[in-house]
Amino acid sequence: MSFSWAKPYEPKSAAMRWLDERLPLPRLVHGAVGGGYPVPRNLNYWWNYGILAGLFLVIQIVTGIVLAMHYYSSADGAFNSVEHIMRNVNAGWLLRYAHMNGASFFFIVTYIHMFRGLFYGSYKAPRELVWMLGLVIYLLMMATAFMGYVLPWGQMGYWGAQVITGFFSAFPLVGEPVRVWLLGGYAPDQAALTRFFSLHYLLPFVIAAVVMLHIWALHIPGSGNPTGVDVKDEKDTLPFHPFYTAKDGFGAGVFLILFALMLYFAPNALSHPDNYIPANPLATPAHIVPEWYFWPFYAILRAFTIDFILPAKLWGVLAMFASILLLFFLPWLDKSPVRSGHYRPLFKRFFWILMIDILALGWAGGSPATPTVVAVSQIASAYYFAHFLIILPLISRFERPLPLPNSITESVLHGEQREAAPIGTGRKAGSTAA
Amino acid sequence: MVRVLAFFVGLGFAGVLLISLIAGLSQTIRSPTKPTAEEEFHKHPKHLRLASDGPLGKFDRQQLQRGFQVYKEVCAACHGLSLVAFRDLHALGYQEAEVKAIANQWAIEVPSVNPETGEPATRKAIPSDRFPNPYANEIAARAANNNALPPDLSLITKAREGGAAYTYSLLTGYQRQPARLVKEFPAARTPQGLHYNPYFANLNIAMPPPLTSAGQVTYGPGNPAPSVAQMSRDVSAFLVWAAEPKLENRHRSGIAVVIFLLFGTMLAYLAYQQIWAEAKRKVRPIGPLDPGNQAKSKRAKAKQGVAG
Repeated sequence: MSFSWAKPYEPKSAAMRWLDERLPLPRLVHGAVGGGYPVPRNLNYWWNYGILAGLFLVIQIVTGIVLAMHYYSSADGAFNSVEHIMRNVNAGWLLRYAHMNGASFFFIVTYIHMFRGLFYGSYKAPRELVWMLGLVIYLLMMATAFMGYVLPWGQMGYWGAQVITGFFSAFPLVGEPVRVWLLGGYAPDQAALTRFFSLHYLLPFVIAAVVMLHIWALHIPGSGNPTGVDVKDEKDTLPFHPFYTAKDGFGAGVFLILFALMLYFAPNALSHPDNYIPANPLATPAHIVPEWYFWPFYAILRAFTIDFILPAKLWGVLAMFASILLLFFLPWLDKSPVRSGHYRPLFKRFFWILMIDILALGWAGGSPATPTVVAVSQIASAYYFAHFLIILPLISRFERPLPLPNSITESVLHGEQREAAPIGTGRKAGSTAA
Repeated sequence: MVRVLAFFVGLGFAGVLLISLIAGLSQTIRSPTKPTAEEEFHKHPKHLRLASDGPLGKFDRQQLQRGFQVYKEVCAACHGLSLVAFRDLHALGYQEAEVKAIANQWAIEVPSVNPETGEPATRKAIPSDRFPNPYANEIAARAANNNALPPDLSLITKAREGGAAYTYSLLTGYQRQPARLVKEFPAARTPQGLHYNPYFANLNIAMPPPLTSAGQVTYGPGNPAPSVAQMSRDVSAFLVWAAEPKLENRHRSGIAVVIFLLFGTMLAYLAYQQIWAEAKRKVRPIGPLDPGNQAKSKRAKAKQGVAG
């Protein structure tokens, strides 16, 4: 698809030739994730996370389908059916904990994947659509995760649904009718639970479809790389298979170990104890918090505390939606022609400030709203918007980037020479050989 | 155009946030929020060590049986255990006959229907029944408990921050209300019918101290003396089991899976290194003695020979 030197598919057996002539599926796989996709040779470990996100999507779909065989989406039975899975279904506890922690890991790897994109300028031309499709996946993930959290019909999920659907009522006139229409009632109940289950089952497949578009759009220009320099010739690339399948295999192993440690030894560490209390519309939890992956957005929502022209609640909801939607405009906000943060001294500093800022937002979103927490979330939210909407456009205008390497191969050559020496001889042997 | 628009949108959000911040700060300075009695006097759970803790943790079955005995003789009067069935007690080390006897002699009978008249009736429990609820419904429970609802205990150690340490602290945490609290927060004086307990979220709990004296439950021979602390520990251990009966399976398979994955990942790492070593040699040959290079130079020589 991408480069002229990409090796076309050659069937290795008569059976594959037979298949390839009738349905070129092996050819498609070969070109997408096989030897026919040339990838820059200098990718570092931050480029593992796309595949890892795909891995966790598969884990979620597989565990989810089996869980759906045992779960009942009824307001009376949902909570007990989850406990039935935990106690009586063979390996049900494993499926349920894998699905619960799999959601967290899906977000962990997706966030790292997104931050990698932010640092290395993966959103820049010609990959704007790759970035935007990624954001669509992220929005779908958020919707899916939110609805999934409601399904066990525990206190926190129930009240989370109450709060999140309540966002819509912040909009004047249409807000309240829209909220009632979405929930199928005035408060979350059977109608809401059933439709959340239906959509929670549907959306992962929509995500899978958008993932295909994401990969398709990526394969037109090919993968970016840590230098941000374009691929110039064949020397700069390696076929995806076996080089990156091998590297991704190792990365997947490392993440599966972390996942297993979490799932087997601390399965409830990332969720809230209140979700083990059956939903009770009459008892509001002491403080309602969403799952950890929504904390930064929750902090932005709660940061608006005064009615300035618009009601504070509407400001909060608008800001929360804006905080994600602004990322769609990133390719046009950051006009610096240099992609990689390594060659952008000023950008790099602000990038790390943004990382600290997002951690601060996360902390503030997960804590009860004391005056200190609210003040932190206000400063951090203000910086978040300033970073993307004001600072980033200005940086790209005034920054003087460092000189870029001439090619990918040149940027890696020094290390290659040393590493290519036979084991035990080190650099000295290499230099005498040369 | 996008950037100009973005600049103003950014200025708008950041501006409103800064106004909110200043308004909030001046509010805090003018009338600083006073700490509440809960913030001052609420305590974090005490430290509790159980055999089921940690990645290799297993249940201490003797302790679970003692804990079950405490549940049966003390807690079960008000608290249900609706997600656990009598047959699950096999996991505590009880035999078939013992489980049958426990179900049959359970103080509360299971709701059923009179087979002759169709009238609501009750019958003796059998092992496949879940533990029957002590009250017919929430209204009955509240009516019997000064309008407080005793929570079901099936998931209590997972549904409270601190888990078993919390239930242990709560059971051993009843005390006289500190004089300083009453002095500083007269409104927070423990109301009639409630009991002061600093481990409970709002300090005053409706449940009267359930375990009050050593020997309240008589343990069989070979067991530790039933002090209040010991009974609280035992029943907490039992509730950990009730909330997560598959904990041992989880720990056991976890160890196996992690060992398997460590081995697999090591192989994956070696495969990765092996494959990439070749790629690196292609960029920069090792030297003139590399077989690939020898072949190349041989070809080059042959070519020169033809040309010359």
